[in-house]
Amino acid sequence: MDGQLFAQQVVSGLANGAVYASLALALVLIYRTTHVVNFAQGEMAMFTTFVAWSLNNRMSYWPAFVLTLAFAFVFGAAIERVVIRPVEQASHLTVIMVTIALFVTVNGFVLWVWTPDLRDFPTPFTGEPVVVAGVFFARHEIGIIALTVATVVVLWAFFRFTKLGLAMRAAAIRPEAARLLGVRVGWMLALGWGFAAVLGAIAGMMTAPLRLLDPNMMQPVLIYAFAAAVLGGIASPAGAVIGGFTIGVGINLLATYVDFVTPELELPVAFAVLIGILLFRPAGIFGRVAARRV
Amino acid sequence: MALLELDSVTRRFGGVVALDSVSLAIGEGEIAGLIGPNGAGKTTAFNVVTRLYAPDGGRLSFAGRDLLRVKPHRIVGLGIARTFQNVELFRRMTVLDNVLVGAHSRTGFGGEKEARAEALETLSYLDLAHLARRPATGLPFGTLKRVELARALVSRPRLLLLDEPAGGLNHEEVEELKGLIRRIRQDFSVTVFLVEHHMALVMSVSDRVHVLNFGRKIAEGTPAEVRENPAVVEAYLGA
Repeated sequence: MDGQLFAQQVVSGLANGAVYASLALALVLIYRTTHVVNFAQGEMAMFTTFVAWSLNNRMSYWPAFVLTLAFAFVFGAAIERVVIRPVEQASHLTVIMVTIALFVTVNGFVLWVWTPDLRDFPTPFTGEPVVVAGVFFARHEIGIIALTVATVVVLWAFFRFTKLGLAMRAAAIRPEAARLLGVRVGWMLALGWGFAAVLGAIAGMMTAPLRLLDPNMMQPVLIYAFAAAVLGGIASPAGAVIGGFTIGVGINLLATYVDFVTPELELPVAFAVLIGILLFRPAGIFGRVAARRV
Repeated sequence: MALLELDSVTRRFGGVVALDSVSLAIGEGEIAGLIGPNGAGKTTAFNVVTRLYAPDGGRLSFAGRDLLRVKPHRIVGLGIARTFQNVELFRRMTVLDNVLVGAHSRTGFGGEKEARAEALETLSYLDLAHLARRPATGLPFGTLKRVELARALVSRPRLLLLDEPAGGLNHEEVEELKGLIRRIRQDFSVTVFLVEHHMALVMSVSDRVHVLNFGRKIAEGTPAEVRENPAVVEAYLGA
């Protein structure tokens, strides 16, 4: 086996996986706070990436990046307050329909405002490839991995060490008890959606340089992110991140070393493997089977 | 003036009248018991007082303030804290973090150090300090009830609502609880309002006992008076 090819494929798999991990984490965040599977997560990410594209035409990369994250946060929180709040008490099916409507609306809105042309999107990680032990690695890939790991650490520290993070966890676990301890549960849920949209924006801005920016860019990413979240046990943030990286690397290695796995077959093969795993671990790798008293 | 006052409070669930024009008053510093057979409306009364349920009619006031104008997340700020019948702790969080959520209600923004110190102090008061780092799941039920009590106490309430504090406890633990409730009133200068099935406990700690049956208040008085009350005897024995 060619060690250089293997190392390169692992790193580029980790880079793809980092994007899946960010979006999977966004899904888990929303699932834990509002118990909703947000089918519009990918489209929301795509929309904020278009906003970033417009901002990039007016300023340099990092200011545009930060402004986009701020916009994504407000956008995500507003979606929760305006679109999700009214159906909060409704059945899961209703809420899922609402997120699918959101998917279609956001996609249509972007087509209307920006037109369906493909666009180049810059990466901030440019320059010569990094050489480690004689193997070349693309800067953008290393950059994505580092950025994702940093984001995950910041998010973890926020939930673990801050008062607001503690209140958000409390609101997600026991809304009534949290409310009676002075936590404004409604706002905590909106914050959760805001953070999820920020994660999505990062995923979008890291995906666009790899694929060209277009309104359908995040759809395959969302499917892999779903797979990552489910593999990790849907309610486990650590599981979602590990699930994302596992799927990214797994698919790259399959496509490299298994001859019949052509790019068209990547998605079905990935799902066959996923179904295989879920047959043996129905709650995902990190999920716990909840015992219910009957 | 009474600290907590319910005036003709009614709450319906569909066709069921869970509280039927219930009036009662609890004085500052009192330990008041609320008893009644299953489904009498005791927990509903607590949920109305903590604003989780809006009443269909009647008024309720706390320290002279109209409680119906207060949102649930402001209840703790007024000085009302509660425990729950089936323990509503934040699973997956440590015992300390659970109590910290209660402490934050008082310290506002900043003051993280004080919050932490008070949470630990309250945990030691209830002999739980050694469990501070343990996750709230997997501890025995009696211990979980104490953790919940710590979470309520750390907010330094004027009124402490205890929903079946003796539920699921063994004989020794109930004996201990009697002393604890009295001690808490003393040490925290708090008014205690408790719902309880365990007759011996209610009768021995309460200054006054209120009795509900099918959502109606049927009696009120000292434990001795209530025990002798024919309506109460009938409700419990169904004679």
